[in-house]
Amino acid sequence: MPAPAQHRIIFKHIDEPGYTRDLACYVRHGGYEMLKKSVGRKPEELIDEVKKSGLRGRGGAGFPCGVKWSLVDRKSGKPIYLVVNADESEPGTFKDRYIIHQDPHQLIEGIMISSYANNVKQAYIYIRGEFPEGARILEEAIAEARAANFVGPNILGTSYGCEIYVHRGAGAYICGEETGLIESLEGKRPYPRIKPPYFPAVLGLYQCPTIVNNVETLCHVKHIADIGGDAYARIGTPNNTGTRILCVSGHVQRPGYYEYEVGKITLGQLLYEVCGGPLPGRTFKAVIPGGSSAKILKFGERFKGKRKVGADLVEYDWGIEDVPMDFDSLGMIGTMGGSGGVIVMDDSVSMVEALANINEFYAHESCGQCTPCREGSLWMKRISGRMVHGQARVEDGALLKSVADQIAGRTICAFGEACAWPTQSFIAKFGDEFKGYAAAKAAGAAPAAAAAEAAPVLV
Amino acid sequence: MKLKPETLQRIADVIPHYPVKRSATLPLLHLVQEDQGYISSEAIEWIAAQLELQPINVYEVVTFYPMFRQHPIGRRHIKVCRTLSCALVGGYRTCEEFKQQFGTELGEVSPDGEVTVDFVECLASCGTAPVVMIDDALHEKVDVAKARALSDQIKAEAAARAPEPARA
Repeated sequence: MPAPAQHRIIFKHIDEPGYTRDLACYVRHGGYEMLKKSVGRKPEELIDEVKKSGLRGRGGAGFPCGVKWSLVDRKSGKPIYLVVNADESEPGTFKDRYIIHQDPHQLIEGIMISSYANNVKQAYIYIRGEFPEGARILEEAIAEARAANFVGPNILGTSYGCEIYVHRGAGAYICGEETGLIESLEGKRPYPRIKPPYFPAVLGLYQCPTIVNNVETLCHVKHIADIGGDAYARIGTPNNTGTRILCVSGHVQRPGYYEYEVGKITLGQLLYEVCGGPLPGRTFKAVIPGGSSAKILKFGERFKGKRKVGADLVEYDWGIEDVPMDFDSLGMIGTMGGSGGVIVMDDSVSMVEALANINEFYAHESCGQCTPCREGSLWMKRISGRMVHGQARVEDGALLKSVADQIAGRTICAFGEACAWPTQSFIAKFGDEFKGYAAAKAAGAAPAAAAAEAAPVLV
Repeated sequence: MKLKPETLQRIADVIPHYPVKRSATLPLLHLVQEDQGYISSEAIEWIAAQLELQPINVYEVVTFYPMFRQHPIGRRHIKVCRTLSCALVGGYRTCEEFKQQFGTELGEVSPDGEVTVDFVECLASCGTAPVVMIDDALHEKVDVAKARALSDQIKAEAAARAPEPARA
């Protein structure tokens, strides 16, 4: 079946010739009309539209945005903050970069509509430190919007006002975790907070109710305000509504970003048709479908079970090429849609070396607060690194797995799972490669069929 | 602390962005590092005083976040992405090339004082891997040949700068 056409809502103007990021261009294309309409509506109506839309968060967890908003404590008498998570730090994910650099006013309009809906008077954009140009662009765009009375006090002649400030991170992955991000915004080390009691909706920034939303999620809010929640919910598939941006990297002919209706394209269509298939002379070996924390999928494995289609239970028997790219389908086969970062590996890659690369990342990024994660991520890095550097043992796979198994579920935040899942899934699916790695090294060949000089250096 | 007037102005502007002064710790560290090149112990004490904090409150932030440094670096900062998507298409070879071009090791100042090469984690441009940031500018699809070209450009710019007057 041929791949469907892209359905560009958020990326409508990305890479469009002649489209510039300034306010005048944005307004020429209908920009801030939705904000004008929204401030004439009741805030509760807007929250209702977002609930009806079924919008799920695009940062990683896929939590329903309307539910997140409805959990906000509105009776505390404290100010409500909106914090925009522009930390975009999950390896394999690179969508927010283009929104920020090429269409910043789309984000600002989404922030202002969401702020109005939630009676937020102060919003912060927490942008990763590695985007210095993005931070400057956002500050310029906010200044333009402020001058045009779209941001600041008494916007558009109403009694409502909201200010937006940009806050730069400084290179720490854990700041993408919402409570770590809040700590960082408070000027501290970004140690994630314990939930309960520190649910941001109740005790967030400065112990006030706080909404933390991803950049892409807030852009969707603008389009929900435009077409209405019911119409938006008809895009995509039930419980996986709207569009989402899939970021493809690694060993494909055409890596890049592609926006599709959620669940309307399969992994196979995405990789073979949209991205042009494997590199010349190569075959696909494995793919991580939702950012580097997501569990790896192996080409050739099959998934069987029953799933709900409408009111019916339907049997499915999928190869990984057949899996629809939505939250629920990817969850059913034991991985996740996560942040939309699809990382592809071909037969030139040694899975031991790929895991060693990933483990080095997580060891570097563990915040160190919880012992299982701090020590576990470090030892996983050391063991997989030792394997690659000539001292692999047959039992190393089992050893790695035992370390990973003791991290997940024993930490304050989801980083514990994020660093354990790669090891657990690599060993589960490529266990033989780990067992055979020492022998293959001794025989002078990489376990993969590739000649050594063609194989990528990963550690 | 001798900071440029514009840095002092930006510091004065940013502190009121927050209801709690401590929140301005990261912004002030960025501004001081841009001004001074690194964060000295004097800077830590100065920032703490501005924000009515103890120096340890600032110090523990400096030591946590990878982008803050406590020592000067080369004139240009070359940051090569190390993470998986870049490594899959040659990030490690790109990094080696930069090290060789400037005869330096990771994190050190090159002998000519021109660059510091660092191998950093994901720069969030995985679709155009391998990527490199040179100071604030992102460079995409930096294979070995492009790394060589970028190095040549840095060297040419260094040569074009008027030599510093000899000190007595």
